[in-house]
Amino acid sequence: MNELVFFINNVVIAGSVTGSIYAIGAVGVTLIFSIMRFAHFAHGDMMTFGAFMVLLLTTAFPGAGDAFGVPSALVLLPLAMALTALLAVGIDKAFYKPLRAHGVKPIVLVIGSLGVTLMLQGLIRLFAGTSGQSLYVDDRKEIFRLALPFEGVRAPVVVTEPQLYLFVITLVAVIGLHLFLSRSRLGKAMRAMSDNPDLAQASGINTNTIVAVTWVIAGGLAAIAGTLLSLDVTFKPDLSFFLLLPIFAATIVGGVGHPYGAVAGGFVVGFAETLAVFNWSVLLRPFRDSLPEWLTQSGNLAFVGTEYKIVVPFFILVAILVWRPTGIFKGKVI
Amino acid sequence: MDTKRADTVAAPRRFPLREVVLFAAVLTAVLGVYLVMGAAYSTRMLVEASCYAILALGLTIQWGYAGQFNAGVMGFVALGGFCAMFFSMPINEAFWGSELPGELGQVLLYAIVAILVVFGATRLDRIGVPKLLRTLIAIILGVVLYLMVVNAFRGVTDQIEARAGFIGGLGLPVGVGWIVGGALAGGVGYFIGKVCLGLRSDYLAIATLGIAEIIKAFLKNADWLTRGTATVSPLPWPVPGPAEIGFTLARALYLSVTAAMIAVIFFLLSRAYHAPWGRMIRAIRDNEISAAAMGKDINKRRLEIFVLGCVLMGLGGAALASFNSMFDPQGYLPLNHTFLVLVMVILGGPGNNLGTLFGAVAVYIIWIMSAPLALFLMDMAMSLGQGLGWETPTNMDSRALQARVFVIGLLITLVLRYAPKGLLPEKVKHHG
Repeated sequence: MNELVFFINNVVIAGSVTGSIYAIGAVGVTLIFSIMRFAHFAHGDMMTFGAFMVLLLTTAFPGAGDAFGVPSALVLLPLAMALTALLAVGIDKAFYKPLRAHGVKPIVLVIGSLGVTLMLQGLIRLFAGTSGQSLYVDDRKEIFRLALPFEGVRAPVVVTEPQLYLFVITLVAVIGLHLFLSRSRLGKAMRAMSDNPDLAQASGINTNTIVAVTWVIAGGLAAIAGTLLSLDVTFKPDLSFFLLLPIFAATIVGGVGHPYGAVAGGFVVGFAETLAVFNWSVLLRPFRDSLPEWLTQSGNLAFVGTEYKIVVPFFILVAILVWRPTGIFKGKVI
Repeated sequence: MDTKRADTVAAPRRFPLREVVLFAAVLTAVLGVYLVMGAAYSTRMLVEASCYAILALGLTIQWGYAGQFNAGVMGFVALGGFCAMFFSMPINEAFWGSELPGELGQVLLYAIVAILVVFGATRLDRIGVPKLLRTLIAIILGVVLYLMVVNAFRGVTDQIEARAGFIGGLGLPVGVGWIVGGALAGGVGYFIGKVCLGLRSDYLAIATLGIAEIIKAFLKNADWLTRGTATVSPLPWPVPGPAEIGFTLARALYLSVTAAMIAVIFFLLSRAYHAPWGRMIRAIRDNEISAAAMGKDINKRRLEIFVLGCVLMGLGGAALASFNSMFDPQGYLPLNHTFLVLVMVILGGPGNNLGTLFGAVAVYIIWIMSAPLALFLMDMAMSLGQGLGWETPTNMDSRALQARVFVIGLLITLVLRYAPKGLLPEKVKHHG
């Protein structure tokens, strides 16, 4: 049973954590893809920017969370979301809109977004330095150890405080997005525009508003994802290139332009990563006596070492592009 | 108003004023660097610029000729560098003298057998096994065999690291490593292109970005093959080294080698560009559907040009690594080896070989000179800040260099917006 707890700690919980973060990131990417038809490479740095805003705000007001009994970072998160959304809209106005107005190919917008990536990276590192920092400026990270009520189980299930918040916030964000897209007027207009931009414009939808709303949502979600990731581990200014690949893989797995698919894709990629680096020999240990010797002898049965984690999303990406380029939920844009 | 298009073929050749002015400016800059920094340093800069020019030519045929965006130049550069190291380093007796090569060969043999077995399992439906069962068998076999091979492999590589350090080189001439480096980069490019080129152009950018990070992660962590973070040096040169004939002369000789390579590549590329093949590539770039309607095999042509570009990148990367005389997997950065090359191409003029050469040399000079400039500006800002009572962080130097990241990004977005065709735009000839 101890082995099972180990499995829960290292796969179920860790996989849900990375899965949620990828899912929130991928939703933003997929929304941008479905409205503006290009892969937004600067998303990883928008996440970093959101987390950096939280870091700045928490450093400025370390006691903000005391009144609510939650970490200050969480209380200040909405403010950081607003700032990141503002940044996203500003970037669009300054860099993407002129390109779109010229009627360039989507791939030129991709290159433009790479330029924006570098600018954001440069700015963030200029101000934040290049080393990692904790978002818990004044608070303490709570760790919950849940002992299981079985006989012979000594190891507890370990969940940290930010992970609990992460699950709750992911759930709220996904449900909120679903309600927005299916119930509100703006959300319906967004879906109309992702289906057929010309038709949407002809039927009186203001496409400029829709574009701005998309950036606000994508920016806000990016800030959430970045902050939750930084709460779970630490704030690292140079994370973005390692986040981009899993997020894009999640987007494409779920079907590009498909928000629910992006959530599913995020969890697929997140769990695939944790399952691939998990050492399976731990699970074989209880059956040591009944298994052939060569299987139990080898100490390490992980598929890839943690240093090669980035290979996993890449192979998922290649596999999905080869066998089902539309993604599991049949995305709209190929 | 005269709406008739100018016939550039029949019209007399105009004096290439823009080209002459821009290249004169670059020449002045080079001479200026020679005057200020001395001959040895400036020659080094020129050699590195020429290696970058090869990379830029590789990217200009992908992006300029064919409109494919490769966001992972770094990966192909690193592969080229690795081959240059692996083929030219002297033979490591501690490894070859032991029984380890045999064990390594045995594991590789296991891997081949395992691949064949799994491949055979995927063909089981030919002899009447139900498809679902076949898939299940293939997956289970694949997982089990993979784990066995990887475990055996780990055992051998740990032994190699513990007893011999790393495999060492093959002791072959440097040129062999360069050619194999180009071929290896081309092979990886073939794999990526095969998967992505039939789909949206964004997917190619995503996949190349990913493969670049993977190649770097592999080279960084495969200590048995590359010594990882411990780095390998000194790599031999194809020409007499600085120890024998002095820095300036040795570097000048190296420069003549790379310059000759550029001349050959440039000549072949201009021939290809003006040939029917080049016209077909541009037709596919500008209007894919009508090119397909004319009976052109779009995906095959795209794959051709993508692989060709990757080969050039591998070659340039190999030349760069040999020149630095050190193979350091951690030294490969997206900024230095992907985005710098991208700026060279889009600033110089995508699709215009001459413009790309200009962009490569000009941007590299600016890049090299910007490091001391950034530090100087930051120093000024710091002394100014201290006067105002501002507490300066300690790691200011590394931060100052980050300002260059910002400038490169700004440059990319500005060029895309205000000079989308670059400083020396591609000249499209209209026949009749």
